[in-house]
Amino acid sequence: MKLSREEVLHIARLARLGLTEEDVDKFREQLSNILENFEILQQVDITDVPPTAQSVMLQNVMRDDTVAPSLPPEDILANAPRREGDCFRVRAVLE
Amino acid sequence: MPDSLTELTIHEAHDLLRSRQLSSVELNRAYLERISRVDPEVKAFVTVTDELALEQAEEADRLLAQNGASPLTGIPVLVKDVICTRGVRTTCSSKILENLIPPYDATVVEKLNKCNAVLIGKANMDEFAMGSSTENSALFPTHNPWDLSRVPGGSSGGSAAGVAARETVYALGSDTGGSIRQPAGFCSVVGFKPTYGRVSRYGLVAFASSLDQIGPLTQDVTDCALVMNAIAGYDRRDSTSVPQPVPDYTQYLNGDLRGLRLGIPKEYFVEGMQAEVATAIKAAINQLEELGAEVDWEVSLPHTPYALAVYYIIAPSEASANLARYDGVKYGFSYQAPSMWESMEKTRQYGFGAEVKRRIMLGTYALSAGYYDAYYLKAQKVRTLIRREFDRAFEKYDALVTPTSPTVPFKIGEKVDDPLQMYLSDVCTLPVNIAGLPGISIPAGFADGLPIGMQIIGRHFGEETILKIAHAYEQSTDWHKRRPPL
Repeated sequence: MKLSREEVLHIARLARLGLTEEDVDKFREQLSNILENFEILQQVDITDVPPTAQSVMLQNVMRDDTVAPSLPPEDILANAPRREGDCFRVRAVLE
Repeated sequence: MPDSLTELTIHEAHDLLRSRQLSSVELNRAYLERISRVDPEVKAFVTVTDELALEQAEEADRLLAQNGASPLTGIPVLVKDVICTRGVRTTCSSKILENLIPPYDATVVEKLNKCNAVLIGKANMDEFAMGSSTENSALFPTHNPWDLSRVPGGSSGGSAAGVAARETVYALGSDTGGSIRQPAGFCSVVGFKPTYGRVSRYGLVAFASSLDQIGPLTQDVTDCALVMNAIAGYDRRDSTSVPQPVPDYTQYLNGDLRGLRLGIPKEYFVEGMQAEVATAIKAAINQLEELGAEVDWEVSLPHTPYALAVYYIIAPSEASANLARYDGVKYGFSYQAPSMWESMEKTRQYGFGAEVKRRIMLGTYALSAGYYDAYYLKAQKVRTLIRREFDRAFEKYDALVTPTSPTVPFKIGEKVDDPLQMYLSDVCTLPVNIAGLPGISIPAGFADGLPIGMQIIGRHFGEETILKIAHAYEQSTDWHKRRPPL
């Protein structure tokens, strides 16, 4: 089953990814092919099998909350595309 | 003194440096000269840190004069451009990070600095480590030193090609589904993916957090053990790193394989595998048997055929979440449109390349409402079955031996328009990441002058066993001594 144009645009919107018309067509084709290949998993019996999120089974890793120096603001802001004082400058969120 | 300084391994260079027959400045100058000669063809480097390298080399020479040297002191290392280096541009071979100067070092870089290793440059890669050929680099493709019309593998293609072309003594890479081992196999060098949690990933730009691991690419197994000694270990800044003591890996390189049981999983000799690859690996396994190992050729890991689908659901899902941070606000490329959403969407549209977008789309789909159970959760459950299957195999065997990749290096451009064909290149390596196991690729022969790699897979935290097997095999062959025609 081929993904619809609307489905591709919906996913792109969830991912905040701008696409060209050409991208939409290409992804309809390619993603549909890849998803079709995932159908192979329907053959596997997973009754009563728990999921694995990672493989070394560490759980709830805790450490003491100790005070230590963090990076200087100037270092962090050095890569900022737009800044104002010691802040990242962003476009208005509420319009 | 050898004919050429750029033929040395870490342990050979160390002996010459320590006995003061060679200075670190001389050694690094020789490498910088070689880079300027061969890298216009190979294109392994995104950045050559020549000034920094010579400064660090001078410092190393002062230390060597005071007998304060570690095995890596004064020796050049090429670091994959997905690992943060303070003050040195770290691009992930992506437009979106093209000008990023990290404000801190990754833990592995800190550890190398502590050894007074010399950073000679940053290595090209598939953008954000997504790919198997280094053709997905948004900067330029890297060429295989054994045949410049072919790919070096990927995603750590720059690291592998750089070592093979003797533009560095060794390199660091990262491996999410085979990204160290597959290019190591394609370039005839040693590539090692440690157990998940063995090496800190603090400062490694995240691709798929439940799979990513940093490891070395070297000219031989002894060098691999030396680098592992330096970079392995717990780090409080990476909560997935495991607090287990790090042995001296070099002490296991003693050549004795008697009593070791090796399993050969038949599913890894896949349909479509190149005949010369299967023949070479079978010959290499016979060699291991002659060296004293017991070999069982009839091992079956029946869930292996599902690994590719499991991987290509889990890795893109995690990637889609990890790459959500590239919004053009805090760092990196930023497209300035009138509204916030448009700025963000255009930043990502122009900042990411085709494969990265494809995986973000795939992962977002697999995690989206209505599809999560059918894809992501299902993949995680099959992941459990794959992991258990390995666990059972390791009750009987000390290691599993397979080809690293089903083919020799392919032509540049050959698979670039067919993502599924490209994904198949990692079919032998990605089950190892799914289960979090350590795996190594070592040179195991050639077909028409093109390299073939053998993969050895070990138990969780069983690094020393596979290094021992790899070393014994290596010492009984001369594959690792062959040089590409550059």
